[in-house]
Amino acid sequence: MSFTSGESHESGSGRERVGDTRRVDGNAAGGMFSEIFVPDLTTARAKCAGCGTEGMIGSLPVYAHGMGTVVRCPKCDRVVLRVARTPQHVWLDATGATCIVISRGT
Amino acid sequence: MSADGAAPRITWRLATVIDVVRETPRTRTLVLEVPEWPGHRAGQHVDVRLTAEDGYQAERSYSIASPPEDARLSLTVEELADGEVSPYLSEELRSGDTIELRGPIGGYFVWDIPVGGPLLLIGGGSGIVPLMAMLRHRDVALATDSDARHRLPARLLYSSRRWDEVIYRDELARLAEKDPTLEVMHTLTREQPEGWTGFTRRIDRAMLEMVAWPPGEQPRIFICGPTPLVESVATTLVELGHNPALVKTERFGPTGGSV
Repeated sequence: MSFTSGESHESGSGRERVGDTRRVDGNAAGGMFSEIFVPDLTTARAKCAGCGTEGMIGSLPVYAHGMGTVVRCPKCDRVVLRVARTPQHVWLDATGATCIVISRGT
Repeated sequence: MSADGAAPRITWRLATVIDVVRETPRTRTLVLEVPEWPGHRAGQHVDVRLTAEDGYQAERSYSIASPPEDARLSLTVEELADGEVSPYLSEELRSGDTIELRGPIGGYFVWDIPVGGPLLLIGGGSGIVPLMAMLRHRDVALATDSDARHRLPARLLYSSRRWDEVIYRDELARLAEKDPTLEVMHTLTREQPEGWTGFTRRIDRAMLEMVAWPPGEQPRIFICGPTPLVESVATTLVELGHNPALVKTERFGPTGGSV
């Protein structure tokens, strides 16, 4: 097998996309979040620091590209969460979320 | 589940390919044996990781096609001509090969019996995969309980370009044939076989009004496919009065082709 471009996290149900930034759902970023959080973050709620809108992370618009993954507010489009991965580290910028409410399990 | 009731940490596992089934000219199902698979819910996905000889890694997400009741995990993969991963998965993998995967991932786009019904599934192209897991789960779980079937009626509206691109075509026909509480409706947007009586256009408002239960029935709605299809269908359903909290979406991202 051979790969031609930088690492990227892409998602789809039986389908992948290559190239430009893609808009998917927070659900698609669940695997990446599992590297940081043990509980499922797709069912956690995040509150936008910009406008106060609260949404389930699995439903929020996510922009995935080679540089990293950005979760945005569906209402005001501000960045809520930003994750970048390097070979050694995972960078999480959560300044766009006033709080994240995580279910304690079922 | 661990002792405190929380889900275990998701880790990479080595899965072995047991079988490869051709579904359509561009899609194949990989049947996998995954040691110590913790189980999944219909609608969840896995991340697949491939590592090249020089260490470069690529990850992609694929929806799980098999119901939770199956001992083996099935992924249906559509080959994209310019894809990094899908040509390898859909053309080169053979029985006995191994791939790395982690999951199950995502508790948002899931349906099982306690979520309730009616169940309205709308898919485009390979967006059928997680919806099929839901239909298979429903079929297995309700096999012995026809009353429950009537409490959980299901409808699938499935958009494909042409008849030979309809994934799981025969199985969908069989499921609908034996189950009066399941309706499967196809739309073929590019080309239709002779004598075709189904829909022939992209999913639109009039089609959704015809297919969907009235909002008052509170159908649980799952939409999966290319981003333009998913967004247009979700927006229209909310405009028709459906509760946005009951409309769950899974987007693939932008797509050049129409489905």
